[in-house]
Amino acid sequence: MSLSYYLVFAAILFTIGAVGVLVRRNAIVVFMCVELMLNAVNLTLITFARSTGTVDGQIIALFVMVVAAAEVVVGLAIIMSIYRTRRSASIDDANLLKY
Amino acid sequence: MSETLPADGLLGWSWLLIALPLAGAAVLLLGGRRTDRWGHLLGAATVATAFVLAVLCTVQLAGQDGAPADVELFTFIATGELDVTAGLLFDPLSAVFALLITGVGSLIHVYSIGYMAHDPGRRRFFAYLNLFVAAMLLLVLGNSFVALYVGWEGVGLASYLLIAFWYTRPGAATAAKKAFIMNRVGDVGLALAIFIMFAQLGTTSYAGVFGTVGTLAGGTITAIGLLLLLGACGKSGQFPLQAWLPDAMEGPTPVSALIHAATMVTAGVYLIARSAPIYDLTPTARAVVLAVGALTLLIGAIAGCAYDDIKKVLAYSTVSQIGYMFLAVGLGPAGYVAGLAHLLAHGFFKAGLFLGAGSVMHAMRDSVDMRRFGALWNKLPITFATFGLGYLALIGFPFLSGYFTKDAIIEAALDRDDVWGWVLGGVAVLGAGLTAFYMTRLMLMTFFGRARWEEGVHPHEAPPVMTAPMVVLAVGSVASGALLVSVFPLSGWLEPVFGEPAEAEHVVAPAVIGLVVTLVMLLGVLAAWLFVGRREVPVAAPVRVSPVTRAARNALYADAVNESLFMRPGQWLTRALVWVDNRGVDGAVNGLAAGLGGSSSRLGRAQTGFVRTYALGMLGGAVVVAGALLAVTSG
Amino acid sequence: MTPDAAVVIGTGEAVVFWILGPLALAGALGMVLSRNAVHSALWLVLTMLSLGVFYVVQSAPFLGAVQIIVYTGAIMILFLFVLMLVGRDSSDSVVETLRGQRVAATLLGIGFAALVGAGIARATQDLPVVGLAGVQAGPGGPDAGNVEAIAALLYTRYLLAFEVTGALLIVAAVGALVFTQVERAPGSRSGQKELSRARFLTDRPQTLPGPGVYARATSVAAPGMLPDGGIAEDSLATGIEPQRVEPAPRGAGRHQLGSPDAALGALDPTVSDTPGGREGGEHR
Repeated sequence: MSLSYYLVFAAILFTIGAVGVLVRRNAIVVFMCVELMLNAVNLTLITFARSTGTVDGQIIALFVMVVAAAEVVVGLAIIMSIYRTRRSASIDDANLLKY
Repeated sequence: MSETLPADGLLGWSWLLIALPLAGAAVLLLGGRRTDRWGHLLGAATVATAFVLAVLCTVQLAGQDGAPADVELFTFIATGELDVTAGLLFDPLSAVFALLITGVGSLIHVYSIGYMAHDPGRRRFFAYLNLFVAAMLLLVLGNSFVALYVGWEGVGLASYLLIAFWYTRPGAATAAKKAFIMNRVGDVGLALAIFIMFAQLGTTSYAGVFGTVGTLAGGTITAIGLLLLLGACGKSGQFPLQAWLPDAMEGPTPVSALIHAATMVTAGVYLIARSAPIYDLTPTARAVVLAVGALTLLIGAIAGCAYDDIKKVLAYSTVSQIGYMFLAVGLGPAGYVAGLAHLLAHGFFKAGLFLGAGSVMHAMRDSVDMRRFGALWNKLPITFATFGLGYLALIGFPFLSGYFTKDAIIEAALDRDDVWGWVLGGVAVLGAGLTAFYMTRLMLMTFFGRARWEEGVHPHEAPPVMTAPMVVLAVGSVASGALLVSVFPLSGWLEPVFGEPAEAEHVVAPAVIGLVVTLVMLLGVLAAWLFVGRREVPVAAPVRVSPVTRAARNALYADAVNESLFMRPGQWLTRALVWVDNRGVDGAVNGLAAGLGGSSSRLGRAQTGFVRTYALGMLGGAVVVAGALLAVTSG
Repeated sequence: MTPDAAVVIGTGEAVVFWILGPLALAGALGMVLSRNAVHSALWLVLTMLSLGVFYVVQSAPFLGAVQIIVYTGAIMILFLFVLMLVGRDSSDSVVETLRGQRVAATLLGIGFAALVGAGIARATQDLPVVGLAGVQAGPGGPDAGNVEAIAALLYTRYLLAFEVTGALLIVAAVGALVFTQVERAPGSRSGQKELSRARFLTDRPQTLPGPGVYARATSVAAPGMLPDGGIAEDSLATGIEPQRVEPAPRGAGRHQLGSPDAALGALDPTVSDTPGGREGGEHR
């Protein structure tokens, strides 16, 4: 057992999140996938903090959480307003910006 | 060339010669309708004053034994090594031309007062005429080739404006354009000659050029001579640029008399005479001048035989007579004086003939078709008398002006004493016979025979303001020859310019030549009487004619040659260029734009609007980056 | 960092990892694969809780707490809240509309995971484990000073970033307000006066009847009763399926013991004897 287990585990979580972003159409689920990717990164940060023996990684992870919170707030607000006008939370329906 | 003296006395004021008509033109052009009532008088007055001044200047010049006077005016162009000082050179040659221009010019101005009396554009007409006189005087009085060039272009402009004076007539507008463009062809030659002079000699003034031209290589001198000849041919209507001159007769008749007979078209002769020091060094160019003169002489005479338009006959006569002058100045020192004497005499009688033709047209309601004339001799007695005297002078009737001057040219040609001398002399004699033929034909068709007038035409004599100049010119036609040759010899007057005339060994005695020429002339008259005078003149021109007549009617196909050699290829070139521009240049530009537009609209299809597709692309990119990183770090 | 200083990862941690790791993976896969968005959210909660435990195990107890409280507690609740607003039944259809998207995404995902995982595994095979005992050891254990250590750094070296983050949160809050605000044309908003007038112009000026909560049942799904014993359909909120309840005993009157009316009547004899004592029991 070494720390690279955590890192590989985080990479797998990150990939699952990324694939989720690609295959899910519900905007809220897509957001959750993004959150999963952020969490995977946080795990990596914390693992490296432990590896190097400094707290800086944890602080960065804290900032990531804060930014994620802000992002969720704004993103969900956007989803709400889109839903209000289009009666749909599917991101495929918001495709006006095209050729 | 004798030493140039600083201009003092009246000669210092010789710039007024140019300034007066120029001021007249400015007042008339800028003054607008206010000057309508007295504009023509002002126009005539400025030229007449210039004439008086020219006479006084000439008298002073004679007083100082013809030593040229150089009048410094101002620095015209000073850039780098080129330093053109605008100045005037009043020497015997300029004086002759100044007298001719202002003298004949004054008479024609006076004549025009009557001729243009009922034309609404009379003021404009006099303004252009004044402009022409000013430019022509600058041409002959300038002391450098650049000044000459300025005047050269000025007379070209005035000629264009006056040919197109009745610009609402398509014929006049076309003729003006034709004249302008063909003149440009010649002007290019003149300009190139000046460029070569500046490039090789660093100066363009007469004194500078003639003083150093001997240092140039023979080829360069020949090039300068040929280019100057090209310019002269364009301005003087010589082969191969002769086609514009007959068409220029679309302008008012006084214009034809002043510009296209007496003065402007002789500018080429002036140019070659003035450039005598250059031609003295290049026998090749001189030979070309000879060839051009002889060829044009015959072309003009032959074409003059066939036309029914009185002004065109006179125009071809002018072409032919200027051919004589070119022939003369091409002969070298022996011919300069003869050529210039013929020029002066021609200025008188041809101007008189044109004014007479104008008087006839005036009487015949502006018709120019000689087939509708006839029997006018008793209706227009003064015109008939003056025209007849001009006619006799032109065909070289003994002891009238043409007799002396033309014989002098033939003498000079024969004096070469070689085969070419005989050829040229023969051509000149033949031309004399043809001249007699076509002029007699003109006289017979116009003044004799049965009246073939159109209905409603009541010929009447012109007013005195028109006949008076004709009378003066007729007197000049009669007397000028004898005056210039014997009483007041031009050769002596021009000695400071052309040097002492060598006492030529006459190959053929002058008396014999005179006799032969007179005989040939009489033959021509007889032939004309046989062909024209004896028979009834049909009102409509016969259609079934010999090929020679047809060729002559078409002016020996000069226009056809010009069209097929220059105009058509030019048009083809233009079309090809337009095609290349449309298909090639535009096609490339438009094709590039269309290609970009098409490919971008195809690429734009990638913008599906589906965020997930974009995200897929991003993930693909991330995979590629990760793979590349891995490949680089582990590889 | 010499290998001597390395902290050996204990067996207990390995056990935790091997238990919670598969659980977190299952949560992640479940989130992606669930058709129902609410299920997805719940799967995600599982993953996040596991991660929180991982944080604690990895000497970051503060972040572990934050992960569980803030992330799993607050943010995921926000997700669920929005899901409820948007409608939980707006689940994805099975049919993928973008051709090849699923296959490509899966292949790329596998490739990405393989590449990155292999790369990380290779690069971090011998990653030293210095451990955080040196910086955050406290009287209560090796990680007892975690909060102090974070605070010491956060308020010194990362102070500026911290302040900026605060500003970011404010902006996010204001932004959310702006996004969700419904723009109304000025003057189109009706006041109390207009609303009252509009209501009195209808044939029903009074308020709707209340449900039968407390009166007959403990659920808002129980409709109110009309005086004739019928069910007042208006008394239920839209979207709530009415629940069948026992009809109220009729004619029991105030004499029945235990009834509220009886109790009230016992207190004040002048009270009205309207059954139910409600004002909305009128016929429509």
